[in-house]
Amino acid sequence: MAEITLVEAVNLALARALQDDPNVIVFGEDVGANGGVFRATEGLQARFGHERVMDTPLAETVLAGMAIGMAAQGMRPVVEMQFMGFIYSAIDQIINHAGRLRNRTRGRITVPMVMRAPFGGGIHAPEHHSESTEAMFAHMPGIRVVIPTSPARAYGLMLAAIRDPDPVIFLEPKRIYRMVKQEVIDDGEALPLDVCFQLRDGSDVTLVTWGAMVHETLQAADRLAEQGISAEVIDVATIKPLDMDTILASVAKTGRCVIVHEAARTCSVGAEIAANLAEHGLMNLFAPVMRVSGYDTIMPMFRMEYDYLPSVERILSAVHKTLEAS
Amino acid sequence: MSDDPKHGIHHVASFDIHHSQVLNEHSELVAPLPYFTHEAGALLDLYKWMVRTRTFDAKAVALQRTGKMGTYSPCLGQEAIGVAIGHAMKREDVLLPTYREQGAQLMRSVAMHEIFLYWGGDERGMSYRDQRQDFPIAVPIASQVPHACGVAYAMKLRKEPRVAVVTLGDGATSKGDFYEGLNMAGIWNLPVVFVVTNNHWAISLGRDQQTAAQTLAQKGIAAGVPGEQVDGNDVIACRARIGKAIEKARSGGGPTLIEPLTYRMSDHTTADDATRYRSKEEVEHYKSLDPILRLRRYLEANKMWSEADEAQLKADASAEVDAAVEIYLGTERQAPESMFDHLYETLPRAYHWQREEVKNAGGKDHG
Ligand SMILES: Cc1ncc(C[n+]2csc(CCOP(=O)(O)OP(=O)(O)O)c2C)c(N)n1
Ligand SMILES: [Mg+2]
Repeated sequence: MAEITLVEAVNLALARALQDDPNVIVFGEDVGANGGVFRATEGLQARFGHERVMDTPLAETVLAGMAIGMAAQGMRPVVEMQFMGFIYSAIDQIINHAGRLRNRTRGRITVPMVMRAPFGGGIHAPEHHSESTEAMFAHMPGIRVVIPTSPARAYGLMLAAIRDPDPVIFLEPKRIYRMVKQEVIDDGEALPLDVCFQLRDGSDVTLVTWGAMVHETLQAADRLAEQGISAEVIDVATIKPLDMDTILASVAKTGRCVIVHEAARTCSVGAEIAANLAEHGLMNLFAPVMRVSGYDTIMPMFRMEYDYLPSVERILSAVHKTLEAS
Repeated sequence: MSDDPKHGIHHVASFDIHHSQVLNEHSELVAPLPYFTHEAGALLDLYKWMVRTRTFDAKAVALQRTGKMGTYSPCLGQEAIGVAIGHAMKREDVLLPTYREQGAQLMRSVAMHEIFLYWGGDERGMSYRDQRQDFPIAVPIASQVPHACGVAYAMKLRKEPRVAVVTLGDGATSKGDFYEGLNMAGIWNLPVVFVVTNNHWAISLGRDQQTAAQTLAQKGIAAGVPGEQVDGNDVIACRARIGKAIEKARSGGGPTLIEPLTYRMSDHTTADDATRYRSKEEVEHYKSLDPILRLRRYLEANKMWSEADEAQLKADASAEVDAAVEIYLGTERQAPESMFDHLYETLPRAYHWQREEVKNAGGKDHG
């Protein structure tokens, strides 16, 4: 069994879904002959044909809207937005239709679509190619927002997203597309949506994160272990809806929580988690909940992007603050 | 459908799309030299700017390849269009460019090192010290088209004889922003020129898969905006037609859509590999249509240009580009806390602590 990267796992899951379900179709800009600008759809058009793996004109609004129409017809469209920075003209369709049709029609018309987009910074990309605006989508009723952080989770969560009866925004942390390889068994097994994954067991502090920041957070946990501090690491995975049960249970155990994300701070998913901890877990907390996040600035262009992205040092310093507080 | 009054059918509209060329691919004049060429040195100017642009472009690619700059979108093969725009516009006009209009930007006083800075991941590459009105390039495709209509509206309202020129690609014509802007320009007779560069590719999608329309020029017609094609590798024709459209807009004649036909000779960007989706033969074919070679042969045949002139121009252009590289590479990175300094006119108090945090962290370049 070969070890594969996260982006290869996305590809493997798409191939599996195309293979198993004739209703699955994959389309977007440059997904065909070019295999996607990150090669997530490499080889799929050759294997499954031009009718099920389609290159489209440059038009995000119609891509999103067509996916809704296809999904309403019982298909399982997987539409690629080339970068998160170019998803915005599709938002009208997502917020006004994808998330609402089930409710508007009292369940008569449903939208089992997946919209994939690479997101996040740290790869020296041009302007508009590095933002993390997942919180915008988390704010929209009726949709799911899923973010895989390992090859195995990319495979399992992608299959789950495609099989899910409701719209899923599937955000792929491109900085870790090729960072690690892992054995992934192509068994068609989906992973559960709507639950967090505990990546490390710990007792002193809970580190909650998602996306590429899982990497820095695990590094921080290693460094803390060297200092005799036991950090539990939780990968939120589905940021909408939030699995607060898992986070609350962990914080009940550790009494401290640091939330790490690269998105801007204000109204972030981190803010939502912190609010839930305040509402439901305050009595278990020994220290204020801390957030380590991107700043409330425009994502800087790449010469300064690492001044914006949370670093291991910033995570450690936040953890030490929570430890000092009690 | 032909007229058939007996069955209630009447012809109600029709349109023609013209294609213009002055200098053909063999460097022969196929039309009289346009008026602008009467200005002394006009043709030489166009030629020199194309060579300068290409020299700049090649250096930008080299900087990326050697790890000194980030991803870059070359304009190789498309220089005639940018240079024609730059030559036809007046200083007080406003350009709203995409990322392959280096020629126009340089002619409009954007500094070479500023373009390097931009692709080197530095916002100061958009501050344009000597060009205060033009927009920075728009990366979200077609999103600049509505801005052009707004700019043009302001000019019109104030009765200023100025024009907005917006450039976009064949791919961009599939986006709503483009149609919406075009429609607005048509209704309000705005002083805007849409230059739709058809280089036959939008990353890996060929022109014929982008639209079933016979030409991109005719997309203007539906909005009541005249559209026309021009040979985009013929800088004389480009300069003439774009210039005419600009002057028409300036004098209250309204918008025009111009579709220069050219070819993207390079990969989409330095991060792309075009061999995955297009043939060598196709690229070879377009090589023979090169805009710079075309004008050079004409100038030489008419004793306006010599080997010595060419050598001198190349040397000057290289020196100019090298000097810009030196400025670029010698530019200290911005203080990290500068990410807060242009967010608002004055940074709200709520963000002061964030700025302090970034400042105290003291930035460093990351590998
Ligand atoms: C709204 C949007 N979607 C997707 C992209 C990614 N992208 C960048 S350039 C490009 C193709 C543009 O083609 P065209 O308009 O023909 O311009 P050209 O690159 O040929 O100059 C695409 C899809 C983008 N920048 N913006
Ligand atoms: Mg193009």
